[in-house]
Amino acid sequence: MTQKFDEIPELPKGSFERITLDAKQAERITKPSVSFWQDAWYRIRKNKGALFSLILFGLIVIMSFLGPVISPYEPNAQTITHANLPPKVPGIENLGILNGVGTLGGEKVDLYELKNVEVNYWFGTDGLGRDMFSRVWKGTQVSLFIAFVAAAIDMLIGVIYGGVSGYFGGRVDDFMQRIVEILTGIPNLVVVILFILIMDPGILAIIIALTITGWTGMSRVVRGQVLKYKSQEFVLAARTLGASDSRIIWKHLMPNVLGVIIINTMFTIPSAIFFEAFLSFIGLGLQAPDASLGTLINDGYALIQFAPHILAFPAILLSLIMIAFNLIGDGLRDALDPKMKD
Amino acid sequence: MAKYIGKRLIYMVITLALIATFTFFLMKILPGSPVASADKLSPEQRAVVEARYGLDKPLPVQYFDYMFGLVQGDLGISINQFKGADVTDVILSRMGPSAQIGFQGMVLGTVLGILLGMIAALRQNTWVDYTSTFVAIVGISIPSFVFASLLQYWFGLKWDLFPVALWNDGFMSSVLPSVALAMFPLATAARFIRTEMIEVLGSDYITLAKAKGASGSEIAFKHAFRNALIPLITVLGPMAVAILTGSLVVEQIFAIPGIGEQFVKSIMVNDFAIIMGTTIFFSVFLIVIILLVDILYGVIDPRIRLSGGKN
Repeated sequence: MTQKFDEIPELPKGSFERITLDAKQAERITKPSVSFWQDAWYRIRKNKGALFSLILFGLIVIMSFLGPVISPYEPNAQTITHANLPPKVPGIENLGILNGVGTLGGEKVDLYELKNVEVNYWFGTDGLGRDMFSRVWKGTQVSLFIAFVAAAIDMLIGVIYGGVSGYFGGRVDDFMQRIVEILTGIPNLVVVILFILIMDPGILAIIIALTITGWTGMSRVVRGQVLKYKSQEFVLAARTLGASDSRIIWKHLMPNVLGVIIINTMFTIPSAIFFEAFLSFIGLGLQAPDASLGTLINDGYALIQFAPHILAFPAILLSLIMIAFNLIGDGLRDALDPKMKD
Repeated sequence: MAKYIGKRLIYMVITLALIATFTFFLMKILPGSPVASADKLSPEQRAVVEARYGLDKPLPVQYFDYMFGLVQGDLGISINQFKGADVTDVILSRMGPSAQIGFQGMVLGTVLGILLGMIAALRQNTWVDYTSTFVAIVGISIPSFVFASLLQYWFGLKWDLFPVALWNDGFMSSVLPSVALAMFPLATAARFIRTEMIEVLGSDYITLAKAKGASGSEIAFKHAFRNALIPLITVLGPMAVAILTGSLVVEQIFAIPGIGEQFVKSIMVNDFAIIMGTTIFFSVFLIVIILLVDILYGVIDPRIRLSGGKN
């Protein structure tokens, strides 16, 4: 053996450096510690679909407030002589699209010229000569408002109900779960329609109808999570150290449950937007002159044959919002799932 | 198993009784009189009309009459939409078209969705996969009424391939509505099958099959596909709900003489007997489907213990 070492050619001095192992350094964390949320943010940034949707959704929110302001027309101002004008955007009109040309009696004519309209309507006008641009963005605002409020109420009730049921367990849990079981048995569609029928139509009625049983989904998820975490050692440790119920719930359980709450809410919002549009489409939604994306689609549908642009813009916007939310929701679910850690 | 089914059946009856009670009292406090043009009637005429529909009796009696009739499958009498017709008959007479487009939509959507999901899983992270994922997201996101109006505009109005909105052309009339309803099941099945297939393809027994020299298609169909298919049963419930919700608007758009179209109309004219009847009919339909799905799942997949452990 020693002979073999002798055969190794002499190494140049200084190619190796002798280090001493320091016991103190063994426990040192060399990489910066990444918190759960930093990690989630890192992963969501890698998900191009979700990131793009997030930006798209941000733009839609900004436009829903900015749109009605930058448009020179009021959302509800009627100019009967300008009815059913197709969209016309200066600059783009030369490309052959959005140039104000529509069909009249089977022939393509520039309706702006025909009706002596000097101004431009970017998204065209509806059957009463109202500017679609400001109406669509105003409608987006209303639809998003309903969806966010409904989702927030669902979240609040669901978290409290599910939290109490899961945390206290036993007979309280049994009783509370029987109620939820019966409530979830009632089809959502039926509840929403019945409630909307007995209330005065409007934003409030829609929000109440959407939340009346909407919270059960959230409460089930939260209860499941609380049940899972409350029997774990860190909770026992906190309890042994004398932490109060409220401290255990807020400091120890909530941070762990927060991920599922966010994911669940992200899926409640598109479903609320859908239901609002659905109700408006079957005539149970907002009443004129208030408009949401659903009522705009409903109005546009009546004129689909002659002025398809009235349907097109709110339908495109509604679809974009729904797609964006589903992608953000999917992205968040992947990002917040601890099993996906890489 | 029998105990579980029994428990579920009891819950089902309680839920339905609650829905019926709830619907009954809601209809009673609904604004507007259910007796059409009631203002124009003289008090004597009004009394005759009310007696005919049992509206002159005290509320509790009306309630028990209604509940008693319900148990026997009697949903009451239509008040102003189909003067005097049995609600049960009205619903039954309109079941055909609804069932046809619903069934066609469900089958079309599920079959295409399974294919799409399978191809996506087998060609994971290729353009095929991305396209299929995109189709699935779009299918879940775009509401059926938007999709239905698009189909109607392009295939009906512009290209004149299918009837726009007439229920007199047999199968051709049912194509567009079925496709509109198929979108949600298609998207759901595609997403679900893709996830399941990928999970199954990564499991040990697939590795074993590969090691034993099974061919690619044999692994895909004989081993992976079968096992990925079972959990699909769990989403049949949500699919049925979506088809039913969609049918309300899709029937409206394509003017199909089905239950959904009828329901929306009766809401507009305030015919409370029809609203109640349809509500209860929808509830029974959905609750029974969800119960069947749960039982079916327990029967097919013995790993699922229904009585406990399942959240």
